[in-house]
Amino acid sequence: MVVIHVIVTALLGAGIFFTLVGSIGLLRFPDFYTRLHATGKCDTLGGGLLILGTMVYHLFQYPETLLVPAKLAFLIFFIFIANPTATHALMKSAYKTGVEPWHLGEKRR
Amino acid sequence: MITVFWITLLFIAIAVGLSLYRAVAGPGVFNRVAAVNIIGTKTIALLVVMGYYFERPYFFDIALLYAMINFIGTLVFARYLERGELWS
Repeated sequence: MVVIHVIVTALLGAGIFFTLVGSIGLLRFPDFYTRLHATGKCDTLGGGLLILGTMVYHLFQYPETLLVPAKLAFLIFFIFIANPTATHALMKSAYKTGVEPWHLGEKRR
Repeated sequence: MITVFWITLLFIAIAVGLSLYRAVAGPGVFNRVAAVNIIGTKTIALLVVMGYYFERPYFFDIALLYAMINFIGTLVFARYLERGELWS
């Protein structure tokens, strides 16, 4: 069981790392497009890794109930499809509305 | 193992707080909508880990529902901000 706990801890730690990196990118980048560039990928991977860690934990801790890992696998699948789609729709909407991209040397906004 | 889940919950809460700054102070409506979408994605992971921390498997259904509502809400917001109306 110790090996499973180490694997689960590593997956959860990787998820925490990517989530925090995405949040810091959302705070620190100078423009709307660069902010979505940071978070649209980091958040997808971070949430997927967190849910994958709990799924591995459930598969080896309670192996008699298989419905819950199926739900979590569907959740990972849905996040990996829906989150980039939402980011793309938001970015396309901003570009068509007329939000100017940031160029080098300008003030951050 | 319960300690690992507790620390995970703490760090996700810190990330949600960092994103909440951009949702409150971000210039323009697009930054705010993007920050709310990102907080929603973090909330899904928070609900899943919370289900194992409290040892109650009902939280995963709430997480599934929240994922769908978050996705639809962001799409509706993007469409509304692009066209100025929803149904046309």
